[in-house]
Amino acid sequence: MRRGDPAPHFFGEPMFLSLELLYEAVIFGILLGCFYAAVSIGLSVAFGLLDVPHVAHPAVMVFGAYCTWQLSSLGMDPILAGLALMPPFFLLGMALYRFYYEAFERRGSDAGVRGIAFFFGVALIIEVGLVLLFGVDQRTVEASYVGSSVSFGEMRIPQRFLVACGVALVLMATLTLYLSKTFTGRAIKAVAQDEPALRLMGADPVRIKQWAFGIATAVAALAGALLIIIGPVEPTLDRVYIGRTFSVVVLAGLGSMTGTIAAGLILGISESIVLMLFGASWAPAVSFGLLLLVLGVRPQGLFGR
Amino acid sequence: MKFWISAAVLLAAATASALLVKNEYFFFAAYTVLMFVVLATAWNILGGYAGYVNFGTPAFFGLGAYTAAVLFKAFALPLVLQILAAAAMSGLLGLAAGLLTLRLRGIFFAIATIALVVIMETLFINWRYAGGATGLQLLRPPPTAPFESYIKMLFVLMGVMAVGAVALARWIERSWIGRGLRAIRDNEEAAECSGVPTLRLKVFACVLSGALMGAAGAPMPMYLSFIEPASTFNLNYAIGALASPMIGGTAHYLGPVIGALLLSSLQQLVTVTISSEMNVLIVGVLLVVFVVLAPDGIVGLLRKWTKRFSR
Repeated sequence: MRRGDPAPHFFGEPMFLSLELLYEAVIFGILLGCFYAAVSIGLSVAFGLLDVPHVAHPAVMVFGAYCTWQLSSLGMDPILAGLALMPPFFLLGMALYRFYYEAFERRGSDAGVRGIAFFFGVALIIEVGLVLLFGVDQRTVEASYVGSSVSFGEMRIPQRFLVACGVALVLMATLTLYLSKTFTGRAIKAVAQDEPALRLMGADPVRIKQWAFGIATAVAALAGALLIIIGPVEPTLDRVYIGRTFSVVVLAGLGSMTGTIAAGLILGISESIVLMLFGASWAPAVSFGLLLLVLGVRPQGLFGR
Repeated sequence: MKFWISAAVLLAAATASALLVKNEYFFFAAYTVLMFVVLATAWNILGGYAGYVNFGTPAFFGLGAYTAAVLFKAFALPLVLQILAAAAMSGLLGLAAGLLTLRLRGIFFAIATIALVVIMETLFINWRYAGGATGLQLLRPPPTAPFESYIKMLFVLMGVMAVGAVALARWIERSWIGRGLRAIRDNEEAAECSGVPTLRLKVFACVLSGALMGAAGAPMPMYLSFIEPASTFNLNYAIGALASPMIGGTAHYLGPVIGALLLSSLQQLVTVTISSEMNVLIVGVLLVVFVVLAPDGIVGLLRKWTKRFSR
């Protein structure tokens, strides 16, 4: 592994195992894992809590990354840009859920197949829209922390990973608190647990779900900013992240926030170790292999409800 | 009977055109259209009848293509045997997918089938003998007797496979197997309780669907004289195979055929005249529009209209 430049889209030579390398791989895996948890948390709300088969979530995230790129090319800090994008993405998410609800959930019958096909189509449209708007070239952002790295003894950790990791942890803590302490947060959890009961209590589950979907989409905007900080972004990047995000959410146990961190770490560390032992050409299969394993052995995930 | 007569007429017309028409490009494009007819029909057996969304078309298709390529490289097997072997291999993969349906439904099954694609692609990227990431160049043998070019021969061959696939789908749709699969789609527990052998039917549908996709992929290395993982396991095959039945209609065996003919012809046209990005956009937009506004596809719309006029 080339020191100081371990990125998810990294190409390197296979290496033999040594303790020092393993240690390095685990540290890198932890950082990567926090990042994976951060990009999965929106899906954990949309799919884990609300049961919406949101295959287009990674595409929304890549869209957020491109918006971040646009803002940062105007001189804005990428993290700030990600935060600034959250309100418009929140509205976008509400609109998307409303549309999905009117078109599928309300009609009920056979919504499964067509709902999945719908989000698949949405993902395609976003992908092509990005290609038409920005071209197929890879995009990166400029910031003081993107190029530099921090030394810990022998090891050099790129600062952008630390930043992404920090943002991920803050995001995760905020969302966990929001879901357990506030009224709306608890309502979202309630809708996930027992929708008919909520309706009997006189609450409107559709409005709550719409709100929650908005939050999930807003989180996707910030995750998009992290995505472009971590590495270059291209319009079809969402295809890799379908595997990563869904495997984290499923491994976590649908909708569990603590589970999302743990699952992200598991994925990050295993990917980083595979990357070191076998080289980059095997890394994409890790997330999907893990996903198949979990689905086959323990479909309810680590922290399943 | 009407079905078989029209199938025979279509095939005869295709063969005659392949022997008489000179323009090579037409057959090059028409081969792709027919290939998508096979893929869409195969997809519909599992996705349309049983309601299990399969994003894994490229895995089955690509495994078929690679099986053919490797067998050709190793033993120079004739094309028909390559196709049979490819169907067998992809059928085996279908068996694996069928066992997945034991525990997985809805979106979980769909995501698991994407996993199959990525895992297959990774395996073939790392298999040196099959060309690895750079791919494998293959030398086409001379075409068989009545055909003067290999592409025309492949076109007729794909035509035969398309008719075969549609006939299979038609037979399934009309037999007790189709009724069982539809029962699974509507309510799997209820089907199981009423004595439908759900697991056996699901596995059967997976194997058949996979084998057909593999067979459709088998002539691909010969068609391109080349095979390479990134384009062989491309998700665009999944898009075509899923969008065609959704647009044409999933309930009738003609739905995927109509959808694939329309969609792939349109795609061929748009790719040539505008751009390949535009063609993906068109598929995406059509898919969303049909799924939202015309859930029963073109066949459903036609049925509605004929009912209205007959009244």
